[in-house]
Amino acid sequence: MKATLNALFLACLLFGGFQFAVGADRDPEIETRVTRLANELRCLVCQNQSLAESNADLAIDLKNQVREMVTAGKSDNDIRDFMVARYGDFVLYKPPVKATTVLLWLGPFLLLLVAAGGAALYLRRRHERIVASRLTPEQRARAEALLESDRGAR
Amino acid sequence: MTKFLLPLGVFLVIAVFLGVGLTLNPREVPSPLIDQPAPEFTLTQLHAPDKSATLEDLRGQVWLLNVWASWCAPCLEEHPYFVDLERTGEVPIFGLNYKDGRDAALKWLSRHGDPYRLIVRDANGRVGIDYGVYGVPETFVIDKQGVIRYKHIGPVDRKVLEERILPLVRKLQS
Repeated sequence: MKATLNALFLACLLFGGFQFAVGADRDPEIETRVTRLANELRCLVCQNQSLAESNADLAIDLKNQVREMVTAGKSDNDIRDFMVARYGDFVLYKPPVKATTVLLWLGPFLLLLVAAGGAALYLRRRHERIVASRLTPEQRARAEALLESDRGAR
Repeated sequence: MTKFLLPLGVFLVIAVFLGVGLTLNPREVPSPLIDQPAPEFTLTQLHAPDKSATLEDLRGQVWLLNVWASWCAPCLEEHPYFVDLERTGEVPIFGLNYKDGRDAALKWLSRHGDPYRLIVRDANGRVGIDYGVYGVPETFVIDKQGVIRYKHIGPVDRKVLEERILPLVRKLQS
């Protein structure tokens, strides 16, 4: 049993290595660009992965599409536009700022503003309450007199 | 009083947002192809591999484009609805056989019925990419001018067919 497992593990290592070797004959400059673009593009089948991370069939097809376009000398923007025209802004991990995405971009700042406003309001009220609860000089004198008389009585 | 109302208000706002979130389907990505001309293609026909078909051949009618494959389990789920729809003759259904083997596709059709007016083969998925396909099955409604008017991702059911697709088809046909 253990021997089988070991053999399996070794086989995985061995063939895993071959997988890497497949890409070796490709132009490294093109591959760097493909990888960078694939990292920016979302895999639509497994939505929380980028094209680079995903091994879904469609992700592989789209990566090949990107590779072909890079090889054909297309610019990064051409390739992004190509994907957006087919799959919408959703394929971009960094969506453009426009009417439908403005909440997405400004939402966090809006929340920060609301939170900061709330905090300021709370601190001001708290300060007012502290000021309001301070003793007047007469009250202080009375309190001191009471403490004094208490100490004297002991 | 406000001490009590404020957290309640915050809770209600969050609850409403989360509640709406539950009803949304994250897999339904709005397609930028709606109201755009359907992408051109020239593909071989499934039944006649020596013949090809293009988008131009289909112009002048309202038609459904159903993207399917024999390896796709949900396609089986929606298939009876298309078989029924074909019998009514209300709208022609064209098939895009997506990344499938020819023999497997033909076998699947002979087993489950063939409601398609014509099927073209997209063996390498290139046309699928042009149509923004990411979850087979997908169904497009394309009008007489060759403009995509609706896209359904995932299996079509009776509700989608009767409430969305057919009313739109009738509107486009008139």
